Amino acid sequence: MTTDIAVRPAGFWRSELAGSVMLVLAALVTALVVAALIMVFSGVSMPQIGLALTSLATGSFGSPQAISETLVAATPLIIAGLGFVIGAKAGLFNVGVEGQILIGGMFGLVAGFSFPDLPMIVHLPLALGCAFVGGALLAGIAGWLKVASGAHEVITTIMLNFIALRFVDFLLRNPPVQNPERSDPISRFVADTATLPKLFAWFDPSMRVNLGILLAVLVAVFVAWLLWRTTLGFEIRVMGANQQAGRFAGMNTARTVIVAMMLSGGIAGLAGATLTQGVLGRASPDFAAGLGFEAIAVALLARSHPVGVVFSGILFGALTAGGRRMQVAAGVSLDLITIVQAIVLLCIAAPMLIRTIYPFLFRPARES
Amino acid sequence: MTATTLSGRAQTVFLDPALVRRNRIIGIVLLVLAAVIASGFGIGVEGNAAFNLTPPRALIPIGSLIVPVAPYVLVIAAIIAFMGVRLLMKSGSRYANLLLGIALALAITAFLTWATAGKSLSLIGLLQATVVRAVPIAFAGLAGVLCERVGVVNIGIEGMMMAGAFTGAVAGSLIGGVGGLVAATVVGGGIGLLLALLTVTYRLDHIIAGVVINMLVLGITSYATSQVLVSNRALNQAPVFRPIEIPYLSDVPILGPMFFSHNIFVYAALIMLLSATYYLFHTRLGLRARAVGEYPRAADTLGIDVFRTRYINVMLGGMVAGFGGAWFTLGSVGQFDENMTAGRGFIGLAAMIFGRWHPLGVLAAALVFGFADTLQQKLVILRTPVPAEFLAMAPYILTIIVVAGLVGRARAPAADGHNYEKS
Repeated sequence: MTTDIAVRPAGFWRSELAGSVMLVLAALVTALVVAALIMVFSGVSMPQIGLALTSLATGSFGSPQAISETLVAATPLIIAGLGFVIGAKAGLFNVGVEGQILIGGMFGLVAGFSFPDLPMIVHLPLALGCAFVGGALLAGIAGWLKVASGAHEVITTIMLNFIALRFVDFLLRNPPVQNPERSDPISRFVADTATLPKLFAWFDPSMRVNLGILLAVLVAVFVAWLLWRTTLGFEIRVMGANQQAGRFAGMNTARTVIVAMMLSGGIAGLAGATLTQGVLGRASPDFAAGLGFEAIAVALLARSHPVGVVFSGILFGALTAGGRRMQVAAGVSLDLITIVQAIVLLCIAAPMLIRTIYPFLFRPARES
Repeated sequence: MTATTLSGRAQTVFLDPALVRRNRIIGIVLLVLAAVIASGFGIGVEGNAAFNLTPPRALIPIGSLIVPVAPYVLVIAAIIAFMGVRLLMKSGSRYANLLLGIALALAITAFLTWATAGKSLSLIGLLQATVVRAVPIAFAGLAGVLCERVGVVNIGIEGMMMAGAFTGAVAGSLIGGVGGLVAATVVGGGIGLLLALLTVTYRLDHIIAGVVINMLVLGITSYATSQVLVSNRALNQAPVFRPIEIPYLSDVPILGPMFFSHNIFVYAALIMLLSATYYLFHTRLGLRARAVGEYPRAADTLGIDVFRTRYINVMLGGMVAGFGGAWFTLGSVGQFDENMTAGRGFIGLAAMIFGRWHPLGVLAAALVFGFADTLQQKLVILRTPVPAEFLAMAPYILTIIVVAGLVGRARAPAADGHNYEKS
């Protein structure tokens, strides 16, 4: 996979990094051109299309407020994407990110309103820890089933997604989680002491970016450290590369599968906590709303590299934030962004496509 | 693995310790199950459960099956307990999976009689709905079989079905039901072509390709729905295929209404599953397809065109998925809603694995899922004390139990998910 990226730009700037940046830009341009074409075909007028594209830019990076929204959208994507990365490195395809976000978010929420008298320094980490445990438990079921019976994790995690969705519905319609002042399925609010504090409230109270984005960076560093600097990380990577080699080397592969799955789910659970304990402050039915699947795309976009996930998460977050502005300003449906994201992922995963479309940007790497 | 019985008495008994351990676990599970059923659904429950056998629109009533709840449940619990004890005593048995399957089926009937106690439930309606709900899952599973048998993992079935549903609705509104069905099939095949192009020609990771397809189709259909269809209602009012009663066969009691008075999707699913079985296991082309999925290098050496075989079968799979997707609109409501396939493509993948990559296995798996799906809906109507949200989990929990307990380590085609490079 990684050797595939040997697309080098012509001219003096020949480094691999430059090639990657070029690739991302080319992918983005392609996706936006396709989006514009789709808008043309769906009968959006030319000035509206121009407005849509400019508001996509201004809504993502055009102002401090916009950057704040980009980071808010990126936070759960980065963290959940990192969760997926741990599983992927162990050769486990954790499609259950969505459900783990939901359960983790609910665990964080319950811990967040249950102890209103704790000081923040205790309460916030406690609630985040609960979220981790929630996600880890759900994913642990899939890991345990895989070890105990060989049930494929793709199936069990997909089923657990549906189960988690229904379970959250149940919690939201019954005490003690349901807000006693409401009749619809809405939860209580998380106590202030368990809410991720806004980072720039002193500068502009409307900027929603919170501690979650720093948590995301921290988790990225942690995942990178775990994978490349610890024995467990080594075992996880061996599992992903060649399970049999691991077994012959005397590793406890069963334990590694369960631990990797639980870590994967726990981190995804943290992503849920950044929603319920962050921007939402409470839970409503299906509050994950497909974020889990978007996070998988984010992780795939970064080729399952923890540092790359931070950047691809910000890219997808920017598209979402810009897309919301686009929807309001130009009246173009936010669903267009899903198409843009899919094409970006496609172009970056298959660099041969980009090379076919833009032969002048990339000359074949010189044989040396 | 098991006792050798060459000459009358068993000579040397070789027992796989893993098998023994597994059988013991299953035995204990069965005993626990029996205890739960007896105490939860049997003891202290009074009254009879009435299962109505008359089809919904029939003129002549056939009558009802009246089952006294407590005795029936206790008998079932006793049978399950007996099977559990037997497994614990003969822990080398090869029939543990079969026993577990039977026990689960019996347990479900016990649960159903308990839930129906003092009320009446249309058994025919239940079975009929089971078949209907199995249809999209069967199509999705078959699409998966066709792709994976040639070694292409297809996570994009969900997207293919959604595209089929969307195309079916729009084309069906414009040019009628049959035209819509053809269009949906063509579009499904087109997405199959895209998947083959990405995986076979561009050697993209199969899972990434599938995720891209799902995102792309979800994005395009949702965008088109909110941007175009909402303001042009006429584009989203497709005719729905009516049920066709098969002469004579539909008059057979129980089986008639269950299988032979449906719309064309049910018949098409049965025909496709049967012909896919014939194609894969009884024709030269099918043998070649399976060879490509198991060992492409060997197939290539023998002169089979690996790329072309993969292209053709993945496109076939896409067409099946597109056709099945049209069921959501042309076969049931006639109108497309955003994300209306709601994960059935993924459940189809589960059915494929449960069915061990065999079309007839897919059919059996799809019926199990369809039954679980129907059951939870009927139980909500019966007002059991179990909250509706937990009943709604039933199909998914059942899937997990089935995949973990009954299927275990099913073997995928050896080259599944691996790209082939001609050397």
